[in-house]
Amino acid sequence: MSKCSIGLLALSSLFLSSAAIAQEKIKVGVTATLEGTYTVLGEDGMRGHQTALNVLGKKIGDKELEFIVASTDATPDSAVRAVRKLIEQDKVQILLSPLSGDEGIAVKNFAKTHPELTFINAASGAQETTYVDPAPNFFRYNMDGAQWQVGLGKYAYDEKKYRKIATVGEDYSFIYTQVFGLVLEFCGAGGQVTNRQWVPLGTKDFASVIAALPDDVDAIYLGLGGADAVNFLNQYQQAGGKAHLMGGSIMIDQTILSSKGNAKNALIGTIAASGQADTWEDPGWQKFVKAYQDAFPPNKRFPSPSLLATNYYDSTMALILALREVNGDLSDNQSKFKAALAKIELDAPNGNIKLDSNRQAIGTNFVTEVVDDGKGALFSKVVKVIPNVNQTLGYDPAVFSKIGLPSRTVPECKKY
Amino acid sequence: MSRFVERHPAWALIAIIAIAVALWLIFAVWPPGLEEAIGRKRVFLNAVFNGITLGGLYFLVASGFTLIFGLMRNVNLAHGSLYLFGGYVGYAISTATGSWLLSFIVAFILTALVGVLLQVIVFHRMEGQDLRQTMVTIGLSIVFADLMLWACGGDFYQVQTPNWLIGPVELPLITAVKSSGEPVYLRYPMVRLVIFAASVVIGVSMWLALNRTRIGMIIRAGVDDRDILAATGVRIQLVFVAVFAFGAGLAGIAGVVGGTFQSLSPGEDIRFLLASLVVVIVGGMGSIPGAALGALIIGLAEQLGSVYIPTYAIVVTFLIMVLVLAIRPQGLLARR
Repeated sequence: MSKCSIGLLALSSLFLSSAAIAQEKIKVGVTATLEGTYTVLGEDGMRGHQTALNVLGKKIGDKELEFIVASTDATPDSAVRAVRKLIEQDKVQILLSPLSGDEGIAVKNFAKTHPELTFINAASGAQETTYVDPAPNFFRYNMDGAQWQVGLGKYAYDEKKYRKIATVGEDYSFIYTQVFGLVLEFCGAGGQVTNRQWVPLGTKDFASVIAALPDDVDAIYLGLGGADAVNFLNQYQQAGGKAHLMGGSIMIDQTILSSKGNAKNALIGTIAASGQADTWEDPGWQKFVKAYQDAFPPNKRFPSPSLLATNYYDSTMALILALREVNGDLSDNQSKFKAALAKIELDAPNGNIKLDSNRQAIGTNFVTEVVDDGKGALFSKVVKVIPNVNQTLGYDPAVFSKIGLPSRTVPECKKY
Repeated sequence: MSRFVERHPAWALIAIIAIAVALWLIFAVWPPGLEEAIGRKRVFLNAVFNGITLGGLYFLVASGFTLIFGLMRNVNLAHGSLYLFGGYVGYAISTATGSWLLSFIVAFILTALVGVLLQVIVFHRMEGQDLRQTMVTIGLSIVFADLMLWACGGDFYQVQTPNWLIGPVELPLITAVKSSGEPVYLRYPMVRLVIFAASVVIGVSMWLALNRTRIGMIIRAGVDDRDILAATGVRIQLVFVAVFAFGAGLAGIAGVVGGTFQSLSPGEDIRFLLASLVVVIVGGMGSIPGAALGALIIGLAEQLGSVYIPTYAIVVTFLIMVLVLAIRPQGLLARR
């Protein structure tokens, strides 16, 4: 349905273009995962993008923004294909892309082949994207997966008294990065991670994975997203699972918390960390939630924006504000625009955001706990707010670089 | 059976030993050394049960496929689309009416109707032209996939499990013994057991219908020699339509089953077409017991593989197919 509305959006922007032919256009290509496992995430990302356009408008001085949407399925090749199509066929000048971790690494590498264009990361959160050999024309206004886990390990150890945990995660870069952040902090505090299970993205049958979960641990950390998370929870319920759970940033998110059925109730009380918290009382956040809710009828959105909606909102906001600052001037290989992007500070709904020298966001993180609002809807309640989280997670850069890049087995469970 | 033992005494011995080991693994309490070597018994038992229940689902899809092939000699590569279509119909019915059982009936009837249309409009016109049929069904499966994407979107759907099926049951299989001497029994999802039981019932009644009824006799005769059967006055076209409808309906039911314990989305059609192709190649094209054996083997291989060799789990299935093609190309239970 929302795919349809996105189609309409693209169509209507086409019509608008013919109506105002005299006006100069700035073409922006947007990608989202509108197919495959992460469909729901992509759809809500596009809602966040639309909300930003509603709030900020599409006018840049006397020019107007034109958005062209392409769909991906969370695989790196689909993202590169979509971006290539947007550049070569639709002649876009700026890209708002991509959504998922592996896509991010691929698009960053692709960005180097088009140094004249500007790439603004939409929502992807693998560490490698901006940490290893960053592209000078690739800007990321959301934190990476490890930054989004800051605070969770300590909270689990100190407050919840978890000592031994096991993890289950999707087998790709973003979840590696999330587990990286969790393990560093939890093991740094003295905890133990006994077992890390990795399942392919798009796994349907979790029954054997669930059976293999260890039962001598205090909690199980779930790094799953989209349909995988829903499938897991459904089968977890069928198997009668009762362990304490901890969640990653796209696991404890409206994309899962408002899924159909009652399997999600297993998540009540689950602790998690993310770049946002649904019930944060900050006026800026509340205003954004209101704008999101007003933009779509209740059956075509979540009760509250997901992390993806927020990320797409923030990146669209950065795009528009920076363009306005240079008055839409994209001359000289967009150098003025790029300079504006690099130094812009966003007063984003989920806290202030500024970029470091790798053009990676430094932002605010939230430790949350899932609560039932009494009417059957689940929300993430804020437990702790941690401002100014940088990509090295507060470690000295030299120490941080010794830990290694996130992978199935990195980092080791020890204090660095 | 006894002929097989007489002809291949060595193989028979190996088979008997393998069965004995499997039974011992399932029923005995594992000694600590074994648990250390290959993990806990609970994990193993769960993987075995998951493999068997997944095999039940594969059997539902593949039996229709193999039945159609056996009688009409046409490879219906749009079979996966029928599966997905049935699943979507089942989802729509179960959300609209809240009845899980009703969704099976409606999904069966509607996919059977699609099957009738396919047989009357497409296959009837190109009888005996294998290549043309194959190409046309590939084309149709792409068209169906796009139509369903247009109607239902790329989202994931899950058919709601009825309340009385949610949660696990305790099976009388001991997974471990606590230090107090108290045995720990296997807890297993109810819904998967019910679905497996249903597929066994369907399989057995299909076998009975084929071997003990007049219709079954006609179908078996048709499999052996269509022309002679037609010459005896049987209205063969009607039989074709009926069999096609039934096979398609089974795929529809399988769609609801798959939507209940997994989920429905674009791409599932190809996945299940591939699965049923592998199943019937392993089991033997056109043979119902072959489909059952193939489904069981593939289901077990997938699940045990995903537990014990997760990285190569996908390869195992195809390895089995390659082995069967190399050693017994007509399939394990096919007649020569």
